Amino acid sequence: MSANQTASLDLEGVSRRFGDRVVLSDVTLAIPPGRITCLLGESGCGKSTLLRIIAGVDRPDGGRIRMSGTEIVGPGRFVQPESRRIGFMFQDYALFPHLSVAENLAFGLRHLPKAAQRDRVAEVVGRIGLAHLIDRYPHSLSGGEQQRVALARALAPQPAILLMDEPFSNLDQGLRERVRRETLATLRRIGTTAIIVTHDPQEALAVGDLIVLMRGGRVEQVGTPFEIYDRPRSPYAAEFMGPCNRLTGIWSKGRIETPIGTFPADLDLPDGSLALACIRPQALSIGPDGHGISARVTAKTFMGESEQIDIMVHPLAETLRMHSHVRIPMAVGEKVSLQLNGAEIHVFADDGLGANGRGANPRENID
Amino acid sequence: MAWVTDRIRPARSLGFGAWAWIAASLLVAALVLVPVLALLWQAAQGSEGLWSHLARYVLPHALGQTAILMGGVGVLTAAIGTSAAWLVTAHDFPGRRVLEWALLLPLAVPTYIVAYAYLDLLHPLGPFQTLVRAALGHDSPRAFRLPDIRSMTGAILLLSLVLYPYVYLPTRAMFMTQAANLVEVARTLGTSRRQVFGRVALPLARPAIAVGVSLALMETLNDIGASEFLGVRSLTISVYTTWVTRSDLPGAAQISLAMLLLVVALVSLERWARRRQRYSVSGQRARSFAREPLGRGAGLAALALGFLPVFFGFLLPALYLAVEAWQRFQFAGLSDRLLAEARNSFVLSALATVAVLACGLVVAYAARVFPQRGMQLVHRAASIGYAMPGTILALGILIASAGLDRWIGQAAGALFGVDPGLVLIGSGLALGYAYLARFLAISIGSVEAGLTRIPRSYDQSARTLGQGVTGMLRHVHLPLSRPALAAAGLLVFVDCMKELPATLLLRPLNFETLATHLYGEAARGTYEEAAIAAWAIVLVGILPVILLARVGPGASRG
Repeated sequence: MSANQTASLDLEGVSRRFGDRVVLSDVTLAIPPGRITCLLGESGCGKSTLLRIIAGVDRPDGGRIRMSGTEIVGPGRFVQPESRRIGFMFQDYALFPHLSVAENLAFGLRHLPKAAQRDRVAEVVGRIGLAHLIDRYPHSLSGGEQQRVALARALAPQPAILLMDEPFSNLDQGLRERVRRETLATLRRIGTTAIIVTHDPQEALAVGDLIVLMRGGRVEQVGTPFEIYDRPRSPYAAEFMGPCNRLTGIWSKGRIETPIGTFPADLDLPDGSLALACIRPQALSIGPDGHGISARVTAKTFMGESEQIDIMVHPLAETLRMHSHVRIPMAVGEKVSLQLNGAEIHVFADDGLGANGRGANPRENID
Repeated sequence: MAWVTDRIRPARSLGFGAWAWIAASLLVAALVLVPVLALLWQAAQGSEGLWSHLARYVLPHALGQTAILMGGVGVLTAAIGTSAAWLVTAHDFPGRRVLEWALLLPLAVPTYIVAYAYLDLLHPLGPFQTLVRAALGHDSPRAFRLPDIRSMTGAILLLSLVLYPYVYLPTRAMFMTQAANLVEVARTLGTSRRQVFGRVALPLARPAIAVGVSLALMETLNDIGASEFLGVRSLTISVYTTWVTRSDLPGAAQISLAMLLLVVALVSLERWARRRQRYSVSGQRARSFAREPLGRGAGLAALALGFLPVFFGFLLPALYLAVEAWQRFQFAGLSDRLLAEARNSFVLSALATVAVLACGLVVAYAARVFPQRGMQLVHRAASIGYAMPGTILALGILIASAGLDRWIGQAAGALFGVDPGLVLIGSGLALGYAYLARFLAISIGSVEAGLTRIPRSYDQSARTLGQGVTGMLRHVHLPLSRPALAAAGLLVFVDCMKELPATLLLRPLNFETLATHLYGEAARGTYEEAAIAAWAIVLVGILPVILLARVGPGASRG
């Protein structure tokens, strides 16, 4: 279990269809060695299929995959999953119900002599803290315990790459945080290449060194968490990573002109065409009337650590939504002034979805 | 305030309705238990010196024969059923989809019919041996003959050929719904495709296989016709001859107790396996794993291999019977006797089905509405008949109803000075009772499956909207579970049509059904109209197979 076992992964034009449905089309990706990569996307975007193809339990219809430069999938070439040194952890853990924890852990070690198997099991047991569970059977374990056994079992054969399909989604909220922290610590310590599938942008931002945002079987954007969140390449990416206020405006001389202001952006659009500004709630703040754009509070929802405030700005048809972490003294109906922080505003060519952005988007534009 | 009292009164009668349901359900369970208790009582009477004879000469041999038969059928059904299930779930080849349901077809052939058909087919003077002799250039059975099918080996082979679907069905379901992730994770943990079956699939399927084998063995224990035709002196045959030939009722009851022990063992095996199955089900998501596409040659070989049990367990006997039946029909038409027997079978089965459905509905519905522990026991007691060989049930019912008939006779004699004879047995009521006891579990199970699909919130809504327990059944549960009831009715009806041992023992004098007609001809060795009767039974038997193929795990696949 040392860092020199890790491998990089290169995907080139990988595609997969089930009958008439295209699940993956032309996916090209480079996954760096020794890092944690998150495959992020809504359900049905192909991320789990991609994971299964990398593991070798599914075959792509086209494309190549190279592992540290060696082709494992390509035209006329298919390395069987048992020969890939790629570990796979399933969302439901897939522990063998007829085997004890110790036998589950030793399952992937058959190629080793008995003594070496015992040593290796003892090593992962110590590393992940499972000693007290070793004789139990999967059905008697809690969700968190099952997750750890599944992780230990996948790591025991010292895979060069570890794949995890929604590894934390079967856990309750409170447990999830803790297990995630422990799992990450283990992965970092071993230094293995890990690919984690998730549908939760918060999880991807918290966990990944690299995020691959997928949409409809294609790669939408690849980047570090900061790149993806701060410089989304599309309205879809912007809205998937967090709530946004959509504002349509006119593009003119390198800026978008909207009713609440003009914002510069690095876009190549003809003057006079429609453009779209996605304004994060935290880009907005309000103060007493008279110090900025004139607006009116239409609704306030107290959420505990923050307060969600809807404000109406003339002449917008839709209200803007913002979150405030300090108490807002203004009551519903009161006039306020609106200030904007330009760094949290992303500008794109218009995607034709209008102000509420519904249609292709999986999430409400404001949570 | 008349309006208010009007509203309150139904609430009081609701209490009565609830008690009525519980009482009815208890009554049904008692009905099922009575034959077993009667049997125990009779066995405790002792059999005037004959027991030592039975214990020394009959029982050990019969037990040994039954053990060999069950051992053989157990191993063979497990082997055929499991490999067939793995073949169609783990591989892809042309014809796989057809094969998947065709493998269920032998279920349509009762054990006594497959024995009947092969006995004729493989008779030294029958079509097959004649063909072989012609091919080998011999002209007389004396010069060459194949090993006799009338043997233990023959019985094991033939029973397994029609009973393996009991293993195939749950094992295939297991592979299809549970194995996907486990097989795939095993691959990523270094298990090659060839090793997957032995290391993952087989250990996982053990509980499903055990469930299937225990059901197949219950059928084996129940069988009377095949053993009789093939000359296997099994326990069932011993009970039958001790009773019918030696007229030794207590002796027959005592042998039945030995069978009862086997039944208990089989039921325990089944229960244990089902519990194990529940463990493996937990937490796994249902998904089929990617089937391995087979090349042209391998695909054809797989298809041929998978087709073998279908051919020998269904096609060959069914085709043979069809040809024989057609020839007989051409030669002599349908005799009035056979038509009357067909009518008997149909009417008897239909009446019994109505009774079994009604009782099943009572028990299943009461268990749903009153989910207390006591009702679960009642429910379980009412369901024990499925494991009970027909011969044992018939014996118990005969003992119970003979007592009752004597009592009725005495009462009638004292009151009216007439002797009504054996009312229960003479009227066929005793036979209907046997069907009820034996097939009640099927109807309870199917009705229950239908009821569990109805959300509990419907019950609560119906109750708060003013319906009592009975009103709720009529207005909510019955309309919603109609398909389940229809399916249950079909299954029970066909099983009644096929039933042989209890029918043979409890039918009124000179009352014949298609099944007993066939038994009579085969036992006498006269092959006349039985082929038509057999063909009719197989045709009816295909109906539930179609139902199974449609609602099986294949239907739920995405």
